[in-house]
Parts: sequence; C-alpha cells; structure tokens
Amino acid sequence: MTSHSGYTLHHPQWLRRRVSTWWWLSRWRYFKFILREITSVFVAAAVVLLLLYVAALRRGPDALIAFQSWLSRPPILAASAVVFFFTLIHSITWFNLAPKAMKVRLGNIPVPPALIAAGHYFAWLVISLALAWIILTGG
Amino acid sequence: MPELVNLEVFRYSPEHTPEPRFQKFQVPYNKEWVVLDALNYIKDRTDGSLSFRWSCRMGICGSCGVLINGEPKLSCATFLPSKSSKPIRIEPLRHFPVIRDLIVHIGDFMTKLKKVKPWIIRTNESPLSEGEFLQTPDEMERYHQFSHCINCMLCYAACPIYGLDPLFAGPAAIALAQRYNNDSRDQGAARRMPILSSHDGIWACTFVGECTQVCPKHVDPAAAIQQYKLTAALHSLKSVIAPRGAA
Amino acid sequence: MDSPAHDVLILGGGGAGLRAAIAVAQSAPELRVAVLSKVYPMRSHTVSAEGGAAGVVAKDDSLDEHAYDTISGGDWLCDQDAVESFVRAAPQELTQLEHWGCPWSRDASGHIAVRAFGGMRKMRTWFAADKTGFHLLHTLFQTTLQYDSIHRYDEWFATRLLIDDGRVQGVVAIDASTGRIQAITAHAVILCTGGCGRVFPFTTNANIKNGDGMSLAWRAGAPLKDMEFVQYHPTGLPFTGILITEAARAEGGYLINKDGYRYLQDYDLGTPQLKPVLRSMELGPRDRLSQAFVHEQAKGRTIPSPHGDIVHLDLRHLGEDVINARLPFIRELCLKYQNLDPVTELIPVRPVVHYMMGGVHTNNEGATPLPGLYAAGEVACVSINGANRLGSNSLPELLVFGARAGLAAADYARSAHPPSDHVEAQAADEIRRLHTLLHRKGGRRIADIRVRMQSAMESGAGIFRDAKTLCDAANEIAELQSADVSLDDHSLTFNTEWIAALELSFMLDVAQAIVHSALSREESRGAHQRTDFPARDDSRYLAHTLIYHRHGDAPRVDYLPVTITRWPPGQRVYGR
Repeated sequence: MTSHSGYTLHHPQWLRRRVSTWWWLSRWRYFKFILREITSVFVAAAVVLLLLYVAALRRGPDALIAFQSWLSRPPILAASAVVFFFTLIHSITWFNLAPKAMKVRLGNIPVPPALIAAGHYFAWLVISLALAWIILTGG
Repeated sequence: MPELVNLEVFRYSPEHTPEPRFQKFQVPYNKEWVVLDALNYIKDRTDGSLSFRWSCRMGICGSCGVLINGEPKLSCATFLPSKSSKPIRIEPLRHFPVIRDLIVHIGDFMTKLKKVKPWIIRTNESPLSEGEFLQTPDEMERYHQFSHCINCMLCYAACPIYGLDPLFAGPAAIALAQRYNNDSRDQGAARRMPILSSHDGIWACTFVGECTQVCPKHVDPAAAIQQYKLTAALHSLKSVIAPRGAA
Repeated sequence: MDSPAHDVLILGGGGAGLRAAIAVAQSAPELRVAVLSKVYPMRSHTVSAEGGAAGVVAKDDSLDEHAYDTISGGDWLCDQDAVESFVRAAPQELTQLEHWGCPWSRDASGHIAVRAFGGMRKMRTWFAADKTGFHLLHTLFQTTLQYDSIHRYDEWFATRLLIDDGRVQGVVAIDASTGRIQAITAHAVILCTGGCGRVFPFTTNANIKNGDGMSLAWRAGAPLKDMEFVQYHPTGLPFTGILITEAARAEGGYLINKDGYRYLQDYDLGTPQLKPVLRSMELGPRDRLSQAFVHEQAKGRTIPSPHGDIVHLDLRHLGEDVINARLPFIRELCLKYQNLDPVTELIPVRPVVHYMMGGVHTNNEGATPLPGLYAAGEVACVSINGANRLGSNSLPELLVFGARAGLAAADYARSAHPPSDHVEAQAADEIRRLHTLLHRKGGRRIADIRVRMQSAMESGAGIFRDAKTLCDAANEIAELQSADVSLDDHSLTFNTEWIAALELSFMLDVAQAIVHSALSREESRGAHQRTDFPARDDSRYLAHTLIYHRHGDAPRVDYLPVTITRWPPGQRVYGR
C-alpha cells in the first residue's frame, strides 16, 4: 500500500482546519454581524456620556454649564449624532429580537410576533414621551 | 454535445492525500439532478474513491450535509445550477474535523446531545395502562418546531461561535433541549438548566442568527437559544430576589 | 476464549434495533447491550416512514377487526396467531412511544388522533403529521441516550456472523472511520437491519437498504421466508422514487389517469365518492392499487414521462389548510424535489418498490432457527404481513417485535456460554477475505453490476412475473454473483467503496432468494402475481416459502404451512 509516512494504521488522522482570523470577511452576513457587534461600542459611549452628565450635575451648576458647552462644540455634537444613530439602530435590532425570545400567550392564543414587537415599540414611545414631557415642562 | 457542469471537490485522505486539495470533475447537466446525483455519478463512473455520506435522498435522514459554494446545504436538496460559468465548489462541513474527503467527524455533537438530556424526564411515572398523557394541539405547538431537527449539522457549520469556541453546546443541541423543556409532558427543565445556562451553553451565543438561516427544516435554533436566555435570566433574577422560592 | 464483549449485540439502529436495545436496558440493566449500525442511528431508514402506525384505540374499533384487515390484506398468508398477538400489543407500544415523547397528532381534547389508511376498515392509524417515522426514530434514539448500559458502534459495518457449535456468537465488523476489522463477540445477536429495496432500480428505500441482515443470516444457515413478496407502493415520485404517503389518499386524495378519471373503479375497488371511504377505491390495499396501474398502462391510459409512465395524485380539492396541517412534508417534498405545489397542481406518481414482506424466518418472539440469532423489523418475517403488508402496520411491527426480540435475546444471553477458540479462527478467515477484496483490481465496476442486477430484478421480478422472466433474472443474477468487482479505493479510512462492494454481494444474495422463491411459487397471491399462474392456489400454497442458501448452488426451497386460527381463507373484498 502506498501509505503516507505520517499515517498510522487504523489510527484516525482527522484534518482539523483552523478558523481564519478573517472569517468574518468571508460572507456578507458574517460581516453584518461583526458590524453589529463592533458598533455596540457606541451604545457604551452613550452610557459614558450619561455618566459624565450625572457627574457634572453632582459637581454643581458651574461644572454643568462647562460640560454642556463642551457638549455643544461641533466635533462633540457630530460624535453625539453618531452615538445617537447607533444607539437607535441597536434599540431597533433589540426590539426586533424580542418576539424571538418571548413567546407570549393570552389564554391559549399565542400572540403573533409582530404584535409583541409592536408592544415593545409602543412602550418605548410612551416612555420617551413621558421623559420628553418631564424634561420639557420641568426644565 | 450535452451541457456539462464543472465541480471542484475537496479531497483529503490521511493515507493518500494528506495535503487537502480540490479536484476538478465534469458531469453532464440534468435538470432533475441534485448535487448528490453529481457526486454519485463521479463515484460510479469516474472515481470510486470519492467519499461522502448519503442515505435517504429526501432530506430527512440528515446525512448529506456539505458546503456548496461555501453555504452549508443538504446535497440531496440542492439542484445543480444550469449554465453555471463558475465551477461548483463542494467542501466538507466547516468547523468539524475531516475524516476523509467530504466526511466529517460529528462525535462532538453526539456527546453534547446526550449532555442536554433530550428525553422525557418525569418525576412521577404513570403506567401505560392509564393511556396517553393528554396534550392539546396548542400545547404541542409550543415545542413542535424544535422537534423537527434532523441533526444534519448545517447549523454547526454556519455558526462562527462554534468554530471559535468548540466547547459551545451549539444550536441543534440547545434547540432539542428546549424541545423537551417546552413539552407539557416533561418535568426535567430544572435538570437541564445547569448545562444550558452554563458558560458553554446559551451564553456563548451572540446571536449571529446563521443557524436559523441555514436550517433546512425551519427549526429556528436561534429562537430556542434566545428564549432560553430569557428563561435563564428570569430564573437567576428570581433566585436573587427570592433565593428559597427559586431553588 | 474470553467472555464475549457483549451479552446482546443488535445490528442496526433503526426503530426495531433501538426498541430492542431499550427493552434489554430496561428489563436487564446488568446486561451489556450494544447497537452496531452502519450509519448513525438517527439516519436509519425508519426516519423516512411518513403516514402512521396502526393500533386499535377508537371505541368503535376492535382487535379482531385489525386482525382481519391484516390477514385479508395479506391474502391469508399471515400467521394468524402472530397477527392476533401483534394487534394486541400494538396500542400498548404506541402508548409507550407517547410516554417517551413522540409528538403524535392529537384531537382538540388532547387525545391521540387517528386517521384512515389503506385496507383498514376503521380509523386506527396514529400519526405525527406525515413524518411519523422521523418522530418515532428520533424519540427512540433520544430515549436510548439515557441508558448508559447501551453501547454504540456508530458507522460500523457487519460482514459476517460468527458461529460456534451451531450457535451465533457475534459478528465480524469493519469500523468505517479507521478501516479496522474486528470480531465483536456476544451471547446473542439481533438483526434489525431493515429491508432490501435497493435490489430494485426504482425504490422509496434509502441507499443503506441492501438486505445486509438477510444475507448475513442466510449465509449462516438460517432460512429466508416469503421472499417473493415485494411490495410496490402505488405512489412514488418519478425519477427520485420519493414516497408520497398513503395518508395523502386517506385525507381524500384521488388517483386519476390521463383523462382525469378515477380509474380504480374499473378494478373491483368500489365506486368513487367525494369523501374517502374505508377499504375502498384509493384506500384499497397497495398490491391491488399497484396492479391496477399496470392494467391501466396496458390500456394506454397512463401518461408518459421521461422516467416511465405515470398517473396523477390529485390533492387540490383538500385545500391549503388541510395539506399544511396533515401533509406538510408531502408539500415540502413536492416543492423541493418535484418543483410543484400540490395545493394547485397534480402530483405525478407511479408504483415504486417499497417494502419486503419476506425476511429472516422468526417465531413470535423474534427467534430464528439459529440459536442465539434473533431478528425484528423489516429484515424479519414473523409473519404478520403475509403476501401484502397493510400501510401503517410496519411501524407498530418494529416496535412490538423489536421489544420482544430484545427480551427474548436477553433471556437467552443469561444462560448462554462463552464462545470457543473456533470463533477466532473464523474471524481470522473473514479478515483475510475482506483484505483480499480491499486490494482487488481489474474486475468490473460496482455500479455496472448493481445496475444490471437492478434492471434484471425490475424486468424479471416486478409487479407481474412469469416463469420466463424469472428464469432470465435468475440466470443474470447467477452470472453477476460470479463476476469479480474491482475497487478504485484501496485505503482503510472511511472506504465507502469497499463497503459498497460488500453491500452489493449481500444484495445479490437477496436478489437470488427473491427470484428463486418467486419461481417456486406457482400461484398468484398478494404482491406475487404470476401471469402464468393467475389464480391463488390454497391447496398447494397456503404455506410460507422457506429458502435455504447452498454455497455455489441454486438455493433449496421448502414450505411451511400457514397458521390459521379463526379466519379461514376467503375472498379479498374491497369497495363493496
């Protein structure tokens, strides 16, 4: 038999293929997934911004005004817009995922996925409006 | 002159082709032929050493999964494309060790399947003489989709997480665990929880969603995993708020 | 020699094999049981069964009626004591499957739903939509995973039974992934290897159904029984042979010829009604429906297609909702493999080889005449199917007799004694034979021999046969048996060609048994229709064919009287 020298009789010699570092470039859907994962840093950035805001608030009115003027500088405004945009996208993908994870039933009737998603969007809208009302009338 | 289809087939044999390579074959085009028919044509007429698995040829036994132009597919359920200028590339399923040519080793899945306890667990047995457990069509509907898994392994080949973290239980095993968890006759959800909610269980999943895309039986394993994440999260929340009640 | 590796070794991991394994593991946890299968168990062909499993549960039904339907459907060639015990055990086995989690379809109240099936006078077929076999197999497989005493040899291929002092003591098998050949000894062996549809060119059967177990038993000296009875299912998709379940007709589908005419009314099967009528028209037995197709073809009323003549199965009037709820897999198969939608289009169908009524001769407990050898499922012939099996009897059969064979083998294994050194010598012989085959060059290609065998069987031993066609087939098979095959692949690692060569020699054995059994039976009964002997002949052939292997010679045929208990042979009446 013309056997390969590395082969041992009756011993399995499986070919193990390594996953390439660039696997996420191999398919558009993988690439989209990685984009989604990477852009979650903007959600983290939104959280950091919020924390900075709270910290400024704690330090007193002067610090708050300084922070707000920093926020209104054009490069920071642009960055905030980007952060807002991706936070929005991630909120939408999150709410779209909700019907997959939640199987809601009213009595014996399963609630259709679209309705579950709609419920989430509705709650989002209500909470946003409530916040807007507090901020706009309270400020 | 009949129309011909070009194939590039992955070859590996530890004895004779230890360096994997692609081999080119030509088969006649036939509109009724699936990729599996082309492979069988090669095996019967050209090269009997080409090795691949197949059995039922009706998409239910789950044997014949391969990569066709990079996509995990059942070779019995994928028609040959007509007038294809580029050769069709056929490879073994990704993320599994290759034993030979298109044949991969799936022992890892078989071990994981057993670990998630995919069988009815009862705390109280009832004798057969009492007849069947009642289960309304609506109760059946809650797990039925997950019971359609044919163990074809396409979802493992599509899941980059499984490729990067071989300890991940994987889509099919979790979907089958959830199939039993959601079954009104089963009382074993608590016994499956330690395995499912471990680091290598559901939490390894980052919801790429590819498993559901490639599933030939519309099982939607991604949904099973996300559902269980919610269950597990609520469970740990409960165990924080009311440790005794949740135990 | 040392004590054997296993107490009970089961060949085949389909429905019968897994049911047997669970029976052993539950009844005798101390016994070491193993399942050896050439494919992973969940790939076994049980997975393809669609329509359902018969078991009496309805209030208006009775065991006697199930027994009568089975016996008349089998043209009185069934052993009636076996049928009686089978119909008694079937509902219990199906309930057991339910307790293990099988998703049987339900009525609104949560009880098991039953549907009509061919040749059955009552609705008694349990079903899991139209994927009954799939759910049954996966339920059984997943249930076996909880028993640590069940050892599995996945993707091992058994090539020979080891016999010591007239008793079966194990097998020689190839581990496909490494090519290692090993003797696996056991006190008892249960054959659960399924049927042999692949000896014919056009079949619903998977590639793995090569009559392996039939040939293993036959070569070891066990007789095969009633091998001339090959079931043609009336509705397979042309070219692929994919099965379109009888449930499609039970739900109300019509079989129509090229004129749109429900032709079965011309063949003493009743008068057409809008709704399905039990034991009538499209719900007649499979043998009669397949034969009606051939008559219709002779009259020129079928439709030519590139893959042989066809008729149409019309489901359009059932509507999308019924098709989706009760026949989802049929719709999926038509869409994926035939590129048509049964909701709006006609399904082309033709008769297709589906099931082997015959098999290894066993008694009611699954024991063959060879001590230590048991058989259950399609590989076995008990016989409850006689000359024609009724649809939905095969799934309960593999459960009932799988469980019984498991219990009987476990019992036997407890009292058996270990094999002698003689077994080692046999194994050494077999290893030499297999290595010689592996290195064989310069013969004929496997596919050439296989194609010739299949066409010889189709033209010689098809739906209608006569002495001449059968003799021609017998000669052709004999010639093919003596031909040398050559292999392209001489490697040990997952050599599918090596295994295919061994499967081919198993199939040639089975083909020989079919042809010679058919030649011997000079009458027409059920699925065995001799144009030169068109009538049933109870005076000579109310008996089972037993065929014995003779090395290098034509097989020997013998007959065993049918057991009649309460139903003397009568006329098979359908549709009136």
